[in-house]
Amino acid sequence: MSAEAYAASGQQAHDEPDVLAQREFGFWLYLMSDAIIFGLLFATYAVMASNTAGGPTGKTLFSLPNAFAETLLLLFSSITFGFATLATKSNDRVAALRWLTVTFLLGLGFVFLEIREFYGLVQLGAPPSRSGFLSAFFTLVGTHGLHVSFGLTWILIMAGQLIAKGLTAPVASRLLRLGLFWHFLDIVWIGIFSVVYLPGVL
Amino acid sequence: MDRSTAAPDHDLKSYLTGFALALALTAIPFALVATHALPKLTTLVVIAGAAVVQVLVHLHYFLHLDLRSTARANLLAIVFAAILVFIMIGGSLWIMLDLHQRMAM
Repeated sequence: MSAEAYAASGQQAHDEPDVLAQREFGFWLYLMSDAIIFGLLFATYAVMASNTAGGPTGKTLFSLPNAFAETLLLLFSSITFGFATLATKSNDRVAALRWLTVTFLLGLGFVFLEIREFYGLVQLGAPPSRSGFLSAFFTLVGTHGLHVSFGLTWILIMAGQLIAKGLTAPVASRLLRLGLFWHFLDIVWIGIFSVVYLPGVL
Repeated sequence: MDRSTAAPDHDLKSYLTGFALALALTAIPFALVATHALPKLTTLVVIAGAAVVQVLVHLHYFLHLDLRSTARANLLAIVFAAILVFIMIGGSLWIMLDLHQRMAM
C-alpha cells in the first residue's frame, strides 16, 4: 500500500463515525419537524373533534377492537424491528432480514386495517367532507398511515440492500435510521389512540 | 442512539422490558374504555397518564434516549421540538377554547 493510499484509507476510517453521527443528527432534525407537523394535526383535531355538523360522532363510528388490533400490530412491529436492530448489531444478516420481513408484514396488516376502516367510514356516509370532525380525523390518521406506508417502502428497499450489498457500514447505519423512523411512528400512534379512538368511543 | 458496548443480552432485555411495559400501558386504557369500570373523567385522566408514560417508555427502551449516552445535539433538538410543540398545541387550544367559550357555541 502506498503512503498516499494508506493516508486516504486512514482518513476515511477516521471520518466515518463522524459522518454517521452527523447523518443521525440530521435525521433527528427531520423527525422533530415531523413531530411538529403531527403536533399541529393533533391540535387541529382537538379543536374540531366536537364539530360534527349534525353528522355521525366518534362514538358511533369508531371500533374499539379495530383500534386495539392496529395498536397491537404496530407495537409488535416495533419490537420485531428492535430484534432486527439487535441482529444488525451482532452482524447477523439472515436474522436481520427475517425480522425486517416480520416487521413489514405486521406494518402491512396495520395499513390494511386502516384502509378497511377508512373505506367503511366512507360507505357509512362519513367521508372527510361530512364535517370538521371527520376532516380533522382523516387528515391526522391518514397522515400517520401515509408515513407507515412510506416506512414499509423503506423496509423493502433496505431488505433489497441487505440482500444485494450485505451488512456494510452504510447499510447498517441506514437501518438504524429506519429504526428511528419506525419507532417514532409507533409513538405518534400512542397519541392517536389516546386522543382520537379512546375518548371517541368513551 | 445507544453507542454503549453493552452485551446483546442486555439490549434484548431492554427491548423486552419496554415491550412488556408498553403492552401493559396499552391494555389498561383500552380495558377501562371497554368495561366503563371508572367514571368518565377518571378514565380520561388514566388514558392521558398512560399515554405520557408509554411515550417515555418508547423513547427510553426503543429509541434508546437517555441523558448520558445520547449525543448532546440530538437531545437539544428534541428539547427544542418539545418546547415548540408545547407552545403551538397549548397556544392553539387555549385560543380556540377561549373563543369557543366567548362565542357560547
